[in-house]
Amino acid sequence: MYNEKVMEHFQNPRNVGILEDAHGVGEVGSAACGDIMKIYIKVANNCIGEIKFQTYGCGAAVATTSMLTEMVLGMPLEEAELVDNRQVADALGGLPEIKLHCSNLAADALRLAISDFRSQHHG
Amino acid sequence: MPAVYMDHAATTPLDPAVLEAMLPYFTTAYGNASSVHSYGREAREGIDLARQQVAAVLGCQPREIIFTAGGTEADNLAVYGVAENYARSKGKHIITTGLEHHAVGECFEQLAKRGYRVTTLPVDEYGRIDPEEVRRSITSETSLVSIAHGNNEIGTLQPAGEIGRICRELGVFFHLDAVQSTGHLPVKVEELNCDLLSLAAHKFYGPKGVGALYVRQGVRVLPQIHGGAQERGLRAGTENVPGIVGLGAAITLAEREREGRAQREISLRDRLIASILATIPDTRLNGHPRERLPNNVNVSILWVEGESILLALDLKGIAASSGSACTSGSLDPSHVLLGIGLDHATAHGSLRLTLGKDTTEGDIDYLLEVLPPIIQRLRYLSPIWPGHKNRSD
Ligand code: FES
Repeated sequence: MYNEKVMEHFQNPRNVGILEDAHGVGEVGSAACGDIMKIYIKVANNCIGEIKFQTYGCGAAVATTSMLTEMVLGMPLEEAELVDNRQVADALGGLPEIKLHCSNLAADALRLAISDFRSQHHG
Repeated sequence: MPAVYMDHAATTPLDPAVLEAMLPYFTTAYGNASSVHSYGREAREGIDLARQQVAAVLGCQPREIIFTAGGTEADNLAVYGVAENYARSKGKHIITTGLEHHAVGECFEQLAKRGYRVTTLPVDEYGRIDPEEVRRSITSETSLVSIAHGNNEIGTLQPAGEIGRICRELGVFFHLDAVQSTGHLPVKVEELNCDLLSLAAHKFYGPKGVGALYVRQGVRVLPQIHGGAQERGLRAGTENVPGIVGLGAAITLAEREREGRAQREISLRDRLIASILATIPDTRLNGHPRERLPNNVNVSILWVEGESILLALDLKGIAASSGSACTSGSLDPSHVLLGIGLDHATAHGSLRLTLGKDTTEGDIDYLLEVLPPIIQRLRYLSPIWPGHKNRSD
């Protein structure tokens, strides 16, 4: 069902965990499907300096969050918040059609984390 | 890596002896059973024998068996066939539960749209119905009660004989969906007091694409497939002769092996359930602890989602299934798990392991060895796992 790259991220997700002293936290959940993604960031020089995530959901949900964290680590915030869900799915080499909604969530969680950072640090 | 198949409720491997019985009907005895020549007669004999074999296991007359293209078609024929045929003489009230397989449940939904009144019986926390509830629900307009003998997801068994007795007393037809129980439990129609019973060969080591509906003599079903006189006009279409022969061989073999197999499966099942509940915190058994199919284990593992458990198990060579929404292709978790009162999160974390005659003690050991670390890893990934708070790192 999933390609090798998705399975590889599912098996060895990057950047799993909690950042206790995160500068911004974003959490999204789809009430419909019951999946939840939480992203923690630390910002240095206006870039994503550190990033961690936790995901409750299917293989695609885990893989897309993992992929996203890898893509945006080190990126300037203005660039990171433009990363969209399609790009995450493409970076994974594609997802089954019915799973595309899961990849929607990862980028949304990141944007929430960035705006959480901005609201705390008066952006 | 070991290959451990624990999804026998989805389907079973074809028994080699069954394949052996089927093979000639593909290549040499390939006649159309409706033909008058010797080829046709040979095929007809194969079907006749299979009909006797099914009848012997059900304890009915061969002519009460209608072959279909599987369990779903048998269920459709039973539900539509009775409801439509008796709409005038009896009425348009039909009764079922909320835990049925979609093959029955969706027929009821369609009939409701066509103006039938549907009663959905309440179930307890294990998914059992109270036979007295059936009695209370029956009215002078009721034509049919349709209930699954053993639930395909949580394995819970219904008190079928008792329900059937009440239906017969009140003059209502009783359809038993025995797709999961045939070949695994006794299915004598006289003990179950049913008027119709569906079964599917691939659930008991027979071929896919073939099933049967028992229709008690005197009960009339309106045919749903038209265009030929096969199966006494109740199921048109050239017979799937190899499949029907395979069904006959499989049900005979399954009946011979049934008691011994069930005993083995029950002991493996109970060890598996007890060990999972004991070794993995925050788990619960779904379905009845004793009144359940011999080969069914269904647990909910809190704070993790079912599809991710299945993927991780698959990477270890173990095949299982789940009632999570993420595996269903729909947005909701299994209607069965919600129907017994589970919340969405608990339903999402369901894991169904269904054993078979090829399951060994070693398979159970292996599952019990790989499952706990998988769950630990997935819980560590999960933002809703309360255990994070207690971690020191
Ligand atoms: S999280 Fe449910 S389908 Fe992906």
